[in-house]
Amino acid sequence: MKLHEYQAKEIFRKEGIPVPHGLLAVTPEEAEKAARAVKGPPWAVKAQVHAGGRGKGGGVKIAGNPSEVVSISESLLGNPLVTPQTGPAGVRVHQVLVEEGLDIDREYYLGMVIERSAAVPTMIFSQAGGMDIEEVAAKTPELILKESVGPATGWMPFQGRNLVYKLDPIPGPGVIKGIMAVMGRVYEVFTRLDCSLVEINPLVATKDGKVVALDAKINVDDSALFRHRDLVELDDPREKDPLEREAEEYHLNYIRLDGNVGAMVNGAGLAMATMDVIKHAGAEPANFLDVGGGADEEMIAKGFEIILKDSRVKAILINIFGGILRCDVLARGVAAAARKTRVEVPLIVRLEGTNVEEGRKILKESELKFLVAENLADAARLVAGQV
Amino acid sequence: MSILVDQNSRVVVQGITGKEGTFHTKQMLAYGTVVAAGVTPGKGGQKVEGVPVYDTVEEAVRREGVNVSCIFVPPPFAADAVMEAAAAGVEVIVCITEGIPVLDMVKAADFLKGKSSVLIGPNCPGIISPGKAKVGIMPGPIHKEGDIAVISRSGTLTYEVVDQLTGAGLGQSTCIGIGGDPIIGSSFIDLLKRFKEDEGTRGVVMIGEIGGSAEEEAAQYIREAFPKPVVSFIAGQTAPPGRRMGHAGAIISGGQGKAEDKIAALRAAGITVVGDLPDLGQTALEVFGR
Repeated sequence: MKLHEYQAKEIFRKEGIPVPHGLLAVTPEEAEKAARAVKGPPWAVKAQVHAGGRGKGGGVKIAGNPSEVVSISESLLGNPLVTPQTGPAGVRVHQVLVEEGLDIDREYYLGMVIERSAAVPTMIFSQAGGMDIEEVAAKTPELILKESVGPATGWMPFQGRNLVYKLDPIPGPGVIKGIMAVMGRVYEVFTRLDCSLVEINPLVATKDGKVVALDAKINVDDSALFRHRDLVELDDPREKDPLEREAEEYHLNYIRLDGNVGAMVNGAGLAMATMDVIKHAGAEPANFLDVGGGADEEMIAKGFEIILKDSRVKAILINIFGGILRCDVLARGVAAAARKTRVEVPLIVRLEGTNVEEGRKILKESELKFLVAENLADAARLVAGQV
Repeated sequence: MSILVDQNSRVVVQGITGKEGTFHTKQMLAYGTVVAAGVTPGKGGQKVEGVPVYDTVEEAVRREGVNVSCIFVPPPFAADAVMEAAAAGVEVIVCITEGIPVLDMVKAADFLKGKSSVLIGPNCPGIISPGKAKVGIMPGPIHKEGDIAVISRSGTLTYEVVDQLTGAGLGQSTCIGIGGDPIIGSSFIDLLKRFKEDEGTRGVVMIGEIGGSAEEEAAQYIREAFPKPVVSFIAGQTAPPGRRMGHAGAIISGGQGKAEDKIAALRAAGITVVGDLPDLGQTALEVFGR
């Protein structure tokens, strides 16, 4: 689960990581009030969307007076923001953060992620702050510094020293102390809130020697949300595709894509592979949908309905390798959905595994028109024939 | 021949009294696996499908001599169950549970360091040595005894692959789902090392997917030290970046973990990569021969 910048900064503030003073606004009038309450000029007006690359997309602007805060807010609020990470349609901006401007001396990058192969959290630090860190890693990997954390000991001060004393130039003692304090607290936040990412880009040193998190990004491990009820409330469903939101309610793994062949599959790996098969057949997948092993008839029906709701879908491929999910359960769910919603696009069904004969029989008797694929190669041929 | 599990394995099912645990205990027994004990805290003394239930793994080891565990414990308690099995000296721990918090697995992985237990998973279908033992949730009948190994990050995709292999007349020595989570107990390399020593395995099918860099690391190992032929497939060639594709570990993030990079690394190591999944069985037959 992703948090908004303002939510992450609220957490930082409570944890003792310095952040700029700022207020959230959902209307231009509120933005004006915020400008009067927050120290300035200048002010930063920042669109609150989950997508990254906001700066490049014009979602972060500097205002020299309160009326500029208002006009920037007017141009952002209620309008789509297109960033390198959003796709051409962009995402709608519902809120802006109005913040005090700071006199910046240096910008750093500070992040923490799980390093998968070592199975430990890793601190990433760089003097190339305020830039796209992926680009920095690709072009100047020597500027990316890392320290892995032993789960038994936690983050140790020497690890902070290992990082800051590699900077060029080495900052003054006050800034070093400030950065090291932030590092320790980032580790605290990361572990206590079950994060998959904590990122500060940039972490700045101001001209008067303070260290401040100018930006803040927190992603929480979805699997750990059961023990963070307070964080679940910070979820912003407006950031999600409406069909994805609907699927989520039914515990279906659904991701909407740009293509025209819908797919319903059991298992994440097979679902991805089925998307690839569709592509190889000369079409484009319209979605990823993994109904999972424990799906019941209702979940299957719901998943099928969600695919049918996507107006771009011109054909549907159902690919089930029954294991825990039995083919007869799948067939009953599809038949139930087809009774509710007319299926006006070609449907290709490939069933294999547990109770396959019963599943095929149920579909055959259901009045539903569909093409039977004997195996995956056959399914690919039938998909190719529809596009 | 096979690795990790065979007819001599004595299995303990952790979480045996739960719905999944009971169902798959039945399935494993039907396959011929020796399920010697179950564990559910507080339910010691009961029987499930004729299998005695104990309160702790330590007791199951002491009383029944179990050496392989299969875990169906719910996510909040699963990492603890893994550590319990390792502390009790269980040799092979198979964790089926999906949705374990990543930081719980950080602790479990740290706990396992320096211990002799091998962890497979979590979030995996388990291990099967066809004709000998099934420790997991895969459908038994699609498998066939033979000498091709399968290692995969996925569940149902593995079944598809095994089905094609069996259809092509290629039986399997041992098939292992290593799990779809960011942190898993055994990597491709850990298992390739075992298959290298296994005289009953003459070739390996390796099924990867987007996210992480395990396939790239395996490619390097194969180039340097693995003499047997390998056929590979990578799922997620059409997956968009930044989205979690069902598996917690299947995400392209920060430009890392793309299918094309994995395929390129595998091909550079001389591995045959199947581009289109329906071709896998035939390609495997061409590479391995009958």
